[in-house]
Amino acid sequence: MSAPSENMPIAAVVPRVRPLLLRHLPYFIGAAILVALAATMRFDGYIHNILMQATTFAIAVFGLSVVLGLCGQINLAQAAFFGLGAYAVGLGTSDYHLSYWLCLAGGCVIALLAGALLGMSTLRLGGHYLAMVTISFQQIVTLVMINTIWLTHGPDGVSRIGRPDLFQSAQSYLAFCVAMLALVGYFVWHLSDTRVGRAMRAVRDNELAAGVVGIDVFRTKVSAFALSAVLGGLAGGLFAGGFAYVSPDQFSFAESVVFLTMSLLGGVASPIGSAIGTGLLILIPEWLRFLKSVPGLYLAIYGLSVILIIRYMPDGIWGFVNIATERWRAQKGAPPAAAPLQLMPATVGGDTVLEVSGLSKYFGGLKAVDGVDISVKRGGVHALIGPNGSGKTTTLNVLSGLYKATSGRILLDGTDITNMPPHPAVPIDDGVGKRGNRRRAPGQQDDRQGWRRGADRTRDGSADLRRARRASQRIDLQFFLWASAIDRNRARACRQSDLASA
Amino acid sequence: MDLALQLLFTGIGIGAVYALVALGFVLIFRATNVVNFAQGEFSMVAAYLMVVFAVDLGWPYWLSFLLALAGMALLGAIFNLGVYYPLRHRTFLPVIIATIGASILLANSVLAIYGPQPQVLEGWFETPGIQLGPVYLDSQYLLIIAVTIVLVIFNYWFFEHTMLGKKLQATSQDKEMASLLGISVSTMIMITFIYSAVLGGLAGLLVAPILFVSIQMGSTIALKAFAATIIGGFGDVAGAIIGGLALGIIETFGAAYISVPYKDGFAFLVLVLFLIFRPQGIFGERVAEKA
Repeated sequence: MSAPSENMPIAAVVPRVRPLLLRHLPYFIGAAILVALAATMRFDGYIHNILMQATTFAIAVFGLSVVLGLCGQINLAQAAFFGLGAYAVGLGTSDYHLSYWLCLAGGCVIALLAGALLGMSTLRLGGHYLAMVTISFQQIVTLVMINTIWLTHGPDGVSRIGRPDLFQSAQSYLAFCVAMLALVGYFVWHLSDTRVGRAMRAVRDNELAAGVVGIDVFRTKVSAFALSAVLGGLAGGLFAGGFAYVSPDQFSFAESVVFLTMSLLGGVASPIGSAIGTGLLILIPEWLRFLKSVPGLYLAIYGLSVILIIRYMPDGIWGFVNIATERWRAQKGAPPAAAPLQLMPATVGGDTVLEVSGLSKYFGGLKAVDGVDISVKRGGVHALIGPNGSGKTTTLNVLSGLYKATSGRILLDGTDITNMPPHPAVPIDDGVGKRGNRRRAPGQQDDRQGWRRGADRTRDGSADLRRARRASQRIDLQFFLWASAIDRNRARACRQSDLASA
Repeated sequence: MDLALQLLFTGIGIGAVYALVALGFVLIFRATNVVNFAQGEFSMVAAYLMVVFAVDLGWPYWLSFLLALAGMALLGAIFNLGVYYPLRHRTFLPVIIATIGASILLANSVLAIYGPQPQVLEGWFETPGIQLGPVYLDSQYLLIIAVTIVLVIFNYWFFEHTMLGKKLQATSQDKEMASLLGISVSTMIMITFIYSAVLGGLAGLLVAPILFVSIQMGSTIALKAFAATIIGGFGDVAGAIIGGLALGIIETFGAAYISVPYKDGFAFLVLVLFLIFRPQGIFGERVAEKA
């Protein structure tokens, strides 16, 4: 049993929140109205096709908003995943007379497997690799669609694609797709506030920092990528049922670019932005049909808009609107001041939390850290000082698991964590975490969320979070190492036990 | 055996083109830490410029060639100012997306102007080739190999033995330090872009008589050149050249012995295999990322 916290008073001042279901009720009511409209309103065939296309494309673009917006990984093969889903439903229902549902599920599974494999082979490497590999994958899928004529009918495409018995009419099928869109939209919208979603955002903002607060960076990236592939496959399956005909040119690299432009234009970080982008890029081409008479002009304009959006509107239309409303709100009134930080002097004593003996780290022949012994008692505050290049940061990096120690032992509350990578080192009841240079701390979000992700990993989230929140309001040290120890009840607080300032 | 020798020659010829484009990739990557996804488009645009000057206007080949390369230098400069420079302080993702946008813009602008019909560019020589024992040496392939060898030597001399080359190297290694030593980093990056565009353009001009001059040639070449850089070891000049040659040979043999329609697939297969089993490439060393 650990001693209760003394250096940091804890007051429960977390604002009460309304239950989730109640807060999200307006969304479901809106979605239900949309589905009802889609099911009852009379459209002519042309409008119906546009709606059908917009609905299914939006689901695929939601996939991009997860992988690109939330997790910061690029996917230039969304049309290929879309195509996998579409061909699964197309070939399954027309050639093999399988059930629509089975084919839709099969298409999602194929897309999932392809996405996961692709991600696992590449995501340990930098983003350039992923960009090129996804383009390559896109090209291979197109090649296969065109050339394996015995399976895919080649350039002729697949026709007479079936729909589920329940939604045989075009109208009901559209309503079904809108309902799927609403469900996926809810899921994607809500995802960013879940533990997985926060992990993805942390990875996007700073992989290194995400790693040291205990996130398995690789697994997070692979899941984001696979999720985006599944949404692509699902959208493709719905698309195939809607149009009853698919051909390889609908799933080419150019279409992947269209998906990318849609998500960038609307705002890659949110499903609302994705929906806006998709709607605009489906409607605008319909209004400007005359441009289509010159081959290439259309995509040339897309290419130019990608450059311009990236340069002038990096957060897309929705991000732009958000920033504008935030500014307007900020003018109306300053946000309520945060509670002042209260720190009581730490009382040193009790058991030893962190025990480091004979710690060394060599880079080849360079001895950066050589035989360091540190012993930190619970509640103790220590400064690690030394001239430039004396190995302060290296010591911290070895402690947090970013570097592998050459020799020596690190004991954290009796557990040997010397050879643990950063992410399992944190979620054991006791955590060693490092805040790196503040410049590189998670960027787009305020510190609270950065801390929150750390707190996610220690099992007692809320107390830790409150503590972290207050600490982060003031402390602006370059390096901030905290060793937190939570007792077995996991209800007590942890404390920072080591501070090092440069 | 005769066929194998013939294929080897062809493979080296086409591999040399990949190597040239890969070299452009590597130079820009080293200078800016960004992969330029429009690198292949440089080859495509150069080939079209050549078609405009030599075929449409009927100017002499040597003049058209020089004008096309001058055009590429200009394009490299515009590319730097319009695409890379404004985003230089952002993370790599926006820059990558912008270069992809530029690639789409370039390819489709050419398509809009010139139409989808592939253009034909005559070879450079009157004599189509030489018979050497069992192997027929096509003169255009010979030219490509010769130019690549000359360029590799020039590259070495330029980067190791001239002041400008050393400044460029310094910039690519450490921008802050370079600027402290009085090197104008933005000028060096500008020169890198121009040089890469000219290299890419040169590759396009050389390969144009073999392939048709088409809109797709850019992206095809770029993907293979990228695969070549990975096979060779990212950011490594010698690796890019070896990788390009290896890829050209693999692809030629694959097309001859396995399947022609999937010719382009072999490059990607090799790429994925390398990424899984040896992501640092043949020559690359795994560099520990500093925290």
